[in-house]
Amino acid sequence: MGEHHHGPAKGLTRWLYTTNHKDIGTLYLWFSFAMFILGGSFAMIIRAELFQPGLQLVHPEFFNQMTTMHGLVMVFGAIMPAFVGLANWMIPMMIGAPDMALPRMNNLSFWILPFAFAMLASTLFMQGGAPNFGWTFYAPLSTTYAPPSVTFFIFAIHIMGASSIMGSINIIATVVNLRAPGMTYMKMPLFVWTWFITAFLLVAVMPVLAGAVTMMLMDIHFGTSFFSAAGGGDPVLFQHVFWFFGHPEVYILILPGFGVVSQIIPTFARKPLFGYASMVYATASIAFLSFIVWAHHMYTVGLPVAGELFFMYATLLIAVPTGVKVFNWITTMFKGSMTFETPMLFSIAFVFLFTVGGLSGVMLAMAPVDFQYQDTYFVVAHFHYTMVAGAIFSLTAATYYWLPKWTGRMYSETMGKTHFWLSFFAFNLTFFPQHFVGLAGMPRRIPDYALQFADFNMVSSIGAFFYGSSQILFLFNVIRTIRSGRPITDPKVWEGAQGLEWTVATPAPYHTFTTPPEVK
Amino acid sequence: MAANNIAKTVGKLAIVAVGMFAFVFVVMVPLYNTLCDVLGLNGKYSGKQYEVVQANVDKGRSVTVQFVAANAEGMPWQFRPVEASIVIHPGAVNTIEFYAKNITGSDMVAQAVPSFVPSRSAQYFHKTECFCFRRQPLKAGEEATLPVQFIVDQDLPAEVTNITLSYTLFDVTAMDKASKGVANR
Amino acid sequence: MFLKAKRLSKLTLGPVLLFLSLISNGAWAAEAESWRHRFQFNLPIGATDVGAQIYGLHMLVFWICVGVSVVVFGAMFYTVFAFRKSRGAVASQFHESTTLEIAWTIVPFVILIGLAFPATKTLLEIYDNKSADLDVMITGYQWKWKYEYIDPQGNNVSFFSSLRTPQSEIYNEEAKGQDYLLEVDEPLYLPVNKKVRFLVTGNDVIHSWWVPELAVKRDAIPGFVNEAHTKAIKTGIFRGQCAELCGRDHGFMPIVVNVVSQDEYDAWLGKKKAEATELKALMEKEFTLPELVERGKGVYERTCVACHGVNGEGGIGKPLAKSAIATGDIKTHLGIVIHGKAGTAMQAFGGQLNEVDLAAVVTYERNAFGNNMGDSAQPVDVYKLKKGQ
Repeated sequence: MGEHHHGPAKGLTRWLYTTNHKDIGTLYLWFSFAMFILGGSFAMIIRAELFQPGLQLVHPEFFNQMTTMHGLVMVFGAIMPAFVGLANWMIPMMIGAPDMALPRMNNLSFWILPFAFAMLASTLFMQGGAPNFGWTFYAPLSTTYAPPSVTFFIFAIHIMGASSIMGSINIIATVVNLRAPGMTYMKMPLFVWTWFITAFLLVAVMPVLAGAVTMMLMDIHFGTSFFSAAGGGDPVLFQHVFWFFGHPEVYILILPGFGVVSQIIPTFARKPLFGYASMVYATASIAFLSFIVWAHHMYTVGLPVAGELFFMYATLLIAVPTGVKVFNWITTMFKGSMTFETPMLFSIAFVFLFTVGGLSGVMLAMAPVDFQYQDTYFVVAHFHYTMVAGAIFSLTAATYYWLPKWTGRMYSETMGKTHFWLSFFAFNLTFFPQHFVGLAGMPRRIPDYALQFADFNMVSSIGAFFYGSSQILFLFNVIRTIRSGRPITDPKVWEGAQGLEWTVATPAPYHTFTTPPEVK
Repeated sequence: MAANNIAKTVGKLAIVAVGMFAFVFVVMVPLYNTLCDVLGLNGKYSGKQYEVVQANVDKGRSVTVQFVAANAEGMPWQFRPVEASIVIHPGAVNTIEFYAKNITGSDMVAQAVPSFVPSRSAQYFHKTECFCFRRQPLKAGEEATLPVQFIVDQDLPAEVTNITLSYTLFDVTAMDKASKGVANR
Repeated sequence: MFLKAKRLSKLTLGPVLLFLSLISNGAWAAEAESWRHRFQFNLPIGATDVGAQIYGLHMLVFWICVGVSVVVFGAMFYTVFAFRKSRGAVASQFHESTTLEIAWTIVPFVILIGLAFPATKTLLEIYDNKSADLDVMITGYQWKWKYEYIDPQGNNVSFFSSLRTPQSEIYNEEAKGQDYLLEVDEPLYLPVNKKVRFLVTGNDVIHSWWVPELAVKRDAIPGFVNEAHTKAIKTGIFRGQCAELCGRDHGFMPIVVNVVSQDEYDAWLGKKKAEATELKALMEKEFTLPELVERGKGVYERTCVACHGVNGEGGIGKPLAKSAIATGDIKTHLGIVIHGKAGTAMQAFGGQLNEVDLAAVVTYERNAFGNNMGDSAQPVDVYKLKKGQ
């Protein structure tokens, strides 16, 4: 096994100068958890204000800053870096590589992130307040009518984009060049595959986002008129550019989650993943389709009818590969020998709730009906079923699943299961009623609402407070594990675990696979 | 060897990333503008003057053309069509007028942005003369009638019997000053 | 706290009442009806044929989703129940089946095609833009709507429609009315059984005009006129809201549409036109100071109070009490109200308020909040200032 002669440096400089994929993975994971708490506290403010009709806590202006910052921090600060952290930790260990292909760039791509988010968060204290135009920042609300802090927002987005692009290039370079002998593409674990595809999506669309914000910057400061009708531009162009980035982006947020679940379910079903090849092809098809469906976010903007039809058909088509994945997961469990440790519970909940989100997605894809759904709480419920029960649940599952390998200590199963059941019920309590208020006519992003929405909103807020506070249990469990969890040394950790990462010692040594393993 | 391969992979991916950034500016924006031009979306159509080729007037067919005026934010001018609507024959040359008055105490420059309903009618609506082709200055208190001369194409789909042409007037005084400043430098 | 407890108890009571109404269909019915209103959790069928079609499509896709859920989750829960290690399940090792995989690629595909057909049909109907009986131009403003009835002869009727709910209800100083946040000062009137074409545009940022029961949601984009159609087949009052984030008061620009009989509509339109004529007459009239202050108070409370405060103490806007503008030159004061102040939240009200209201509100501001200026602006002054004289 790849034992190595030197361990990590001591103190703060270890983390500042580290080029070790495991250290950088850890940094990413802690950073993203901090952002999860920050974005979560914004959500708590939103739900507290929406607890009752009337304005009690915050002004509408500040409320808009909260919805905007919640979205930005969760998407770019919590989910994306968390998956990059997992990729850093696991991809080299899964393909038998000694480290990432570009360790120094790896360090850089992490360390610019805290600056980006410090800049973004600092806008909350600026004259005119933080960005208040929604995480989708539609022009001209985000250009001509934006607060002065929009320039800092643009720079923060640029830095995050640079970080993501570097991270993705690193992942692709690692997967392409550093696979152990015998580790062919079609032998790679599904987590590696989904990340490999995600990384291509990122390289393709993060520059598009950079282009969009650059055009905003030029409109605001250099007198161009990309998005201003007065100067011959068009605000609708912004939406096309944004969603050309934005739709692949939402798959970037979920595909690695598919990978995680595809690792965990076979382990606890003690049965190989069903339909490995079709899983890979389904992921690739979803990635491809994500480039031709962007305008389904814009059904009400006044597209020609032919355009509406095209985007409706293409969007409906996504249900096919997504369905294949769900069926494969269920069939993997079928005739298995299942146990329900915390990672498995989160993974099963993922399959269940993500499918609910997928089905409401099919409803939303129907252009004529979307005229009633568009920009209501129905949409909010839909994307939280995919983003929270999808991305966040899979991240939580991954943490419980690999934490013993990372630390050499076992987490508290009781606490983990409590965390799961609290999260599961609180999540549904929060977001299921939002389907109803949305259908009943409540628009999203409003700080106050009519009386007929009051009861469901109160239920939703109570659920959100429970969900938020149950994450403290998660944090506590993780810290307790690191400090005083029951030590374990079995390389496999889980009875049914398969794959290279389970062949190295537990806890994983600082350097693994310095001599590549032979894969049969 | 591995390092060499990694460098190659990174090089290719860097080209893709830079290419996608460029793609936004050199492909998406012009492509969108072209599409809008062809389909008449978002009133971007007919930014240019139409050259009259040969107009065969189709007397047998009548189309109602309606005119609507709107002011964008911060535009205090009075702005309205002189006639609310006219009935025309495809192929014939028509002239209508809009009335504008700068009611403020300072000189201003405006830009009119056209928009068509139904939007696909835009590609059949040819302007041979229009105040929307250029910026329109008016001195303090000055008024003007602004002509639009147009031909509706005979190829206009038969089911379109009504075209609404709307102009939104934007205040571009500051923009105009900035660009003049550049020109004078 | 008591109020919260009361609402929570109602929360559980509501469905019970609804159930009771179904079995007793008597005394409980009225109470249950109000609960149905509170517990609306589905799309409204609405007042249009297209809306009913959309509703049908919504229910169709909903039940298909339910069916799919029953099959998929049924299989999943059975699996989770039956194949647990604790029940002695031994894992088999199969991991592919081409037949199965092809089947569950094709079956969803077929279902989706089944959905695409009716969706296409309804969509084409929504986009059917053949001859309308009436044109209404809708312009979204931060944060109100402007409606303009386009008259073929050019005698357009236009007015602004903004939130009527007082700040005191929003800030919980008074009990909230039944139509809290869904009430406006001037609703849009439409005749029943007439096809109406909306020309939707935006003045500043993008808004979206949405009335669920008319099955219309269209983005209002500055510089671009969008079209939408509706044909209400029953009369009634229909409420909606702005559906696209448009800045601070996005949640406070509701829409109220009053669909009435043709006669009522004609009478209303006639009244609106008469009002316009009356306004012309008013403009020539000389008002006394108390008349203007009284009228101005009303205008102030509708238009200015959100930013400048009940006592002119300011807030988002500058304080007016003892301010340099409200106690300075009256022409400057009028000018700022008419043209706004660039780079601030102070909008140009010249296009939104009529001459009489502008004169009245300025007079009120100069003679309230301890500003005892004693002077007044007349509508004709406003008219002259607007004309740049």
